[in-house]
This record gives sequence, structure tokens and C-alpha cells, in this order.
Amino acid sequence: MKMVMAIIKPFKLDDVREALSEIGVQGITVTEVKGFGRQKGHTELYRGAEYVVDFLPKVKIEAVVSDELAEQVIEAVSKAASTGKIGDGKIFVFSVEQAVRIRTGETGDDAL
Amino acid sequence: MEAIEGVKNLSYALDTFYFLITGALVMWMAAGFAMLEAGLVRAKNTAEILTKNIVLFAIACIMYMVVGYNIMYGDGVNPYIPGLSFFLGGDNDPAAVLQQGTDGWYDGDYYSVMADFFFQMVFVATAMSIVSGAVAERMKLWAFLLFAIAMTGFIYPVQGYWKWGGGFLDAAGFNDFAGSGVVHLCGAAAALAGVLLLGPRKGKYGPNGEIKPIPGANLPLATIGTFILWLGWFGFNGGSELVLSNVGEANAVAKIFVNTNMAAAGGVVAALVTARLLFGKADLTMALNGALAGLVAITAEPLAPSPEAATLVGVVGGILVVFSIITLDKLKIDDPVGAISVHGVVGMWGLLAVAITNAEASFGAQFLGLAVIFGWTFVASLVVWGIIKAVMGIRVSEEEEFEGVDIGECGLEAYPEFTGPKGSGL
Repeated sequence: MKMVMAIIKPFKLDDVREALSEIGVQGITVTEVKGFGRQKGHTELYRGAEYVVDFLPKVKIEAVVSDELAEQVIEAVSKAASTGKIGDGKIFVFSVEQAVRIRTGETGDDAL
Repeated sequence: MEAIEGVKNLSYALDTFYFLITGALVMWMAAGFAMLEAGLVRAKNTAEILTKNIVLFAIACIMYMVVGYNIMYGDGVNPYIPGLSFFLGGDNDPAAVLQQGTDGWYDGDYYSVMADFFFQMVFVATAMSIVSGAVAERMKLWAFLLFAIAMTGFIYPVQGYWKWGGGFLDAAGFNDFAGSGVVHLCGAAAALAGVLLLGPRKGKYGPNGEIKPIPGANLPLATIGTFILWLGWFGFNGGSELVLSNVGEANAVAKIFVNTNMAAAGGVVAALVTARLLFGKADLTMALNGALAGLVAITAEPLAPSPEAATLVGVVGGILVVFSIITLDKLKIDDPVGAISVHGVVGMWGLLAVAITNAEASFGAQFLGLAVIFGWTFVASLVVWGIIKAVMGIRVSEEEEFEGVDIGECGLEAYPEFTGPKGSGL
């Protein structure tokens, strides 16, 4: 099992969520985050004092899928979240050791 | 003779005080609009809409002092063309006031001129603030402020002259007690013109005609804003009786306060029930809009109806506003706070309801007023918005809309996180 974690632009969430649904991903977890990569922030003034708007709002999506599905997920997210402009985000893939469905006790791929 | 002079002094002072206090209550409605709008937009656009609200109020006051008040209440060229003069004159001379006879006292100078200006000034600010909600989250701040100058200095005063300034609408028997037409429909018409030239928010309407909700970030603010507006409306309608200082008028003012309140109450319940029937749940935002709809509806005639009838006027407003909001969305007219529905559609109902509740009014005259106010304001606003759009553009860039206009227009955030010198996260 793999966890695919994607950091994307907030307004792309709907598109990514639809794309994931289309390839059969049944559940995702979403968090509002702030961050930056190579996309630089910019400075603003607050009552005359300079401050840096470094951390830009992003959305983090985490989806745990079977090994077979992971490649498709990467492709689906990449397509749906892309604008071609700087700050589109990144995708990371982690190995997942175990998964459990709390209600039924199913484990492994059956829990996904 | 001393006693009579004492009474004249008191009467003048009381009516002046009445104008000032009700005017201050209407000023407080600016806080209501600010909170209502701040609560119904997204967090990233909150500081900008608050800036719009306080600055438009300031601009309205200044423009009205410079030229608007004189256009609206000065001597006109004829019933269609207002006069043009600048800045305020002086106030009544106390000795001259006291020499007026008690017969026909109220046809003379019975209260301060400055109090009259103060009271009327807060009405133009109210009309202008209606526009800010409809164009929220995607309009350039400075474009909006430019429009505010034109609206408060010229567009609003001209149609105000036609009715309250004694122009041709007044002569035609058009009734509008406190401004369902002159203030609310006028503001909504200007808002509609702006929204049509502006376009909807990105992501609001899908490619297949879907309507996507864009929920407000702070419903407690929206709610307190509505309560503040409700309170301020007692000044809005109550003060529009324009006199307090005798038994008959005191009774009238009391009735106006009651009717205003009942209409709001009727609007809340009607909107809530309508929303429940249509959507299955109790939509707070519709209940809030319902209160305002009731208030707008009764504003054209809060004196003539009984409290029961006033409640029904509010009920119709509350039902109308829910359907209007849904319909505007179907027409792809994006109005984040429902301003065009609350003030425009229900403003029209308020004007027509006068023909039902006031025996001296006629549907013909009410329709005339409705059409003239809407037509003039809409066309004049289209022209001004169009010029501003051509010269500097009225819509922020796509990036700025995504990032939020707080950063783009104001350089700060309403709800900052991870900010501090060098983003230190202090």
C-alpha cells in the first residue's frame, strides 16, 4: 500500500478530487496548509512595518491506495492540479505498513 | 410670552435632537453592513471588504457635503433638472426661529439645518454600501471607490431630488416614506450594473450550469451585522417621519418603530420557512437576509399599515428574497451577499406595497417611481462603471482573485497566520 501525498493550489482541490474519484480512489484526507517551495513570497507593509508573505496557502491531500493504483494516482493528480505556473505543488509517495478499517477490522488492501 | 418662547425652544431642540439621534442610528448601520459583508465573504477577502465599507462611508459623507446635498435638496432648475451648488450654508438664526408663530410652526424652520444635512447624509452612505456586497471578492478596491464618488455626489442625489427634493416624482404622487426606492432600489440598481460588467467570481458557476456555493467565513459576524442593521433601521424609518414634538407625531413615530420591527420579524420567519421547505434545513444566511428583506419592504410605508399588516409586508419580502436569490444565481448574476435581491427585488415590492397599505397611493405612481429610479440609476451606473472599466479595469487579476484581495489590495490579512518579521511565525 502507498500513501500518495500531494500539495496543491487550493482552487485545484475540486478538480483533483474529481480526477481521483474517476480512477476509483474511495477516500482522501484534506488539510489546509501553508508553505513554499521555490515559489518565492513577497513583502508587504503592515502599518509601515515590512513583513514577508512567505507562506502561501496550499491544500494537502493524502490518499492511501493499493500499490497498483499508486501510479495512476500520481498521473491523475499531476494532470488535474497543473496550471503550468509556478507554485503548482508536489507529490510524495510513502510506503504504508498497515491499514485497518475501524468499523469492521479489515486489514491491508481490504481496508482501503 | 416667556412660556411660549420656552416651548418653541424645547420643540426645536427636541426635533433637532431627534434628527441627530436617528441619524446616528443610521450611521451605525454602516457597522452592520460591514459586519454582514465581512461574515459572508471568504477569509482571504475580509480585510478588503471592511476597507471598502469604512472608506465608502467617508467618501459618501464628503461628497454629500461638497455637492450631493445641494443637488438633492437645493432649488432645482425645474422638476426634472436639479440645481448645482457647492458646500453647506449656515444654520437657522435662533432669534428668527423664535419669532415664528406657533400656527404653521411645522411649515417653518422647526429644526436645525445642520441636523437635516446630518440625517440625509447617512442615507446616501447606506445606498452606497449596498453596492459593496454585490461586487465583493473580485472588484478592484480603487475602482469601487471611484464609483462611490460618482454615486454619492451625483447619481443618488439626482434621483433623490426627483422625489424627496420635491421634483417630478413627488409631484406625480409617488410615495416613498424612508427610501425603499430612493435608497434601497437605487443602491441595488447601481450594484446590478456593476455586477453585470464585473462578472461572477471564479469557480462560482460550472461549465454545465452548476452553481457552486462559496460559503462565508464568519457567520457570527454576519449575524451581529444583521442585528446591528435591524437596530439602525429604527432610526432609518423612525427619523424619516421628520418630526417628533407633538402628541400626534410622537404616536406616529412609535407606530413606525413597531411596524419596522414587525416587518423584520415577519421577514425572518417567512424566509426561514421558505428556505426550510426548499432546502430541507434552517439556512441561517437566508434568515438573516429575510430580516433585511422585511425591513426593506416596510421602508416605503412604515406608518400607514397596522402592525399586523406590516408583518405581512415583511413576510412577502422574506419569501420573495429567497426566490430572488436562487433566481439570480440561475441567471448567473453572482451576488455574494444577496444585496440585489434584498434591496432591489424587495425594494420594488416595498414600493408597490404602498399602493396596498396607503389609501392615498396609486399603483401607477408607484410604478412610475420604481421605473424612473431603477432606470436612471442603472443606466447612469452602467456609464460610470463602463468608463472606470475602460480606463483602469474593475476586476482584479485571476492570480489576485485566487490569492485573495486582502493581500492584493490591502497588503495585509484579516486572519493572519505565520506572519511576522521575515515570516517568523511570531
